[in-house]
Amino acid sequence: MLQDQDRIFTNLYGLHDWGLKGARQRGVWDGTKKLLELGRDGIVQQIKDSQLRGRGGAGFPAGLKWSFMPKENDGRPHYLVVNADESEPGSCKDREILRNDPHRLLEGCLVAGFAMGANACYIYIRGEYVLESQRLEAAIEQAYEAGLIGKDACGSGWPYDIYVHRGAGAYICGEETALLESMEGKKGQPRLKPPFPAAMGLYGCPTTVTNVETIAVSPEILRRGADWWAALGRPNNTGTKIFSISGHVNTPCNVEEEMGIPLRDLIDTHAGGVRGGWDNLLAVIPGGSSVPCIPKPTCGSVRMDFDSLRDVKSGLGTAAVIVMDKSTDIVAAIANLSHFYMHESCGQCTPCREGTGWMWRVMERLVRGDAHIDEIDSLLEVTHEVEGHTICALGDAAAWPIQGLIRHFRPELEKRILDAKKRGQVAAE
Amino acid sequence: MKITSYRRDPSQEFSFTPENLKKAKVFMARYPDGRQASAVISLLYIAQAQNGGWVSPAAIEHVAEVLDMAPVRVHEVSTFYTMFNLKPVGKHLIQVCRTTPCWLRGAADLTRTCQDKLGVGLKEMSEDGLFTVMEVECLGACANAPMVQINDDYYEDLTPERLSEIIDDLRDGKEVPVGPQTGRQGSAPEGGPATLTDVPPSGSKRAKEDTGTGKGA
Repeated sequence: MLQDQDRIFTNLYGLHDWGLKGARQRGVWDGTKKLLELGRDGIVQQIKDSQLRGRGGAGFPAGLKWSFMPKENDGRPHYLVVNADESEPGSCKDREILRNDPHRLLEGCLVAGFAMGANACYIYIRGEYVLESQRLEAAIEQAYEAGLIGKDACGSGWPYDIYVHRGAGAYICGEETALLESMEGKKGQPRLKPPFPAAMGLYGCPTTVTNVETIAVSPEILRRGADWWAALGRPNNTGTKIFSISGHVNTPCNVEEEMGIPLRDLIDTHAGGVRGGWDNLLAVIPGGSSVPCIPKPTCGSVRMDFDSLRDVKSGLGTAAVIVMDKSTDIVAAIANLSHFYMHESCGQCTPCREGTGWMWRVMERLVRGDAHIDEIDSLLEVTHEVEGHTICALGDAAAWPIQGLIRHFRPELEKRILDAKKRGQVAAE
Repeated sequence: MKITSYRRDPSQEFSFTPENLKKAKVFMARYPDGRQASAVISLLYIAQAQNGGWVSPAAIEHVAEVLDMAPVRVHEVSTFYTMFNLKPVGKHLIQVCRTTPCWLRGAADLTRTCQDKLGVGLKEMSEDGLFTVMEVECLGACANAPMVQINDDYYEDLTPERLSEIIDDLRDGKEVPVGPQTGRQGSAPEGGPATLTDVPPSGSKRAKEDTGTGKGA
């Protein structure tokens, strides 16, 4: 288990003051000027050395992403945009940072923005997080007053502004280019890439969009050293991670743990175990709604990091662990997610707009067993037709939960269809 | 994605109050010159609040005028994002999170409780004009499931019984504590955190009484 001294988010549960005074006591804004003195390249190199991977779901190496920003300023401003549009079902970690430790995020905004040559940062927060955005606004005001950001951020001579930008209820705006469209005052419909945001992002200027947690941990990595971070977890899957554990566990919670913690330890140690005991476990969705579920036997041995979960054909995603016990109607649980993706499809690409609705309708019939056995395969085929054929990854995300269901629970689907047939025959007689 | 119709009632009029216009200008100033359209969501929020919880076609046109945008662009935004109500809603807008993490812990019972208690269907307003109930997708409080959002506030770790009490209290104009309804601290495990017990004292008092009431420590 991770030692408390290695935990970054020491106010994860909001037991302490979220404001500047409390944050300083937790070590936030401590020697930030010195961190900036590492210089752009120095900061990026440290982040690269730490092997920090993005916490927003895709797990892209953070240092590499930051290094994509143009080294020379061609007259266009550079922007850092923080993705606080947390909407992935199961995921509720960024909310805790936003409401309980906003200064940790702000310090990260300055450090990361500086490393990208940006003088302005926008934090795009989901509209429903009203309290969280108020906290953030208040924290920004405190930071300006204390000279931590503003014309001369932390006395470094670097001017830096941070603004809050509220969304208004659209999951798709968590996709980076949809987020940029939304920021520009349009519908949040993803853009084709390339050009990538680092070349043409917000208002056509070089932009990096990064998750809250990635940004918030970065100053601490610089302060304690890339070695410290890299020593946690295992190579390429380093550091700490906030896990959100929800569903059928005795004590659902958020907890910061070491990357690579065995899934079973995570559930048993922090979430009070599966409701009714480990043997009552049916399946787990280990990384938020977009990743395929894994059945119980796999859950007993898998480690919670990017590569381990990829090896079992799932993913770490946002590390949102959704636990389902044996009382769960697994088909209905996945159908519920299909409804989510249908609702959240932006409607831009035909395979996704039409496919998500089609898949949901078939899933609803499969819940009742009102289908033909062959339809399981045609559903699977359609998921593959949607996957990879859309501008953004929402199509993939809609396909994967269904693929996971069919991969691991095909007998259950078939049984329902046969049972429904039998019931029909009995009724007919 | 939601599909809505656009009907302009000529009897409706809308313009920002002077205070709200001032607020709007603050948001517009956050963006570079010529990029004021970025503030469209913020202005629609202000318009929605001023208009009693929904954005009318007149409000959309006014926002477009303030931002120098084509009205249809603002209309597009107001229909794309789910948080803008294009029809009047009750004083208390109850949004039940329906997505899997909440559903696993009984979200469907919460919806049923609201509907039975208020005698309304989804997206319908109760007769007294106090409540509208709708189901929404994941609200991002999954470790505190099941939960609902009522206007700006989250009510978490709910049971149908507790939600029923909350509705009664809101109807009676009583103050209801927001956040977890079980006395739980934020998203710490029930019974208190098992971690972060060894954190150097931050000097601040442990705000045990602050159960995520939104007041802050």
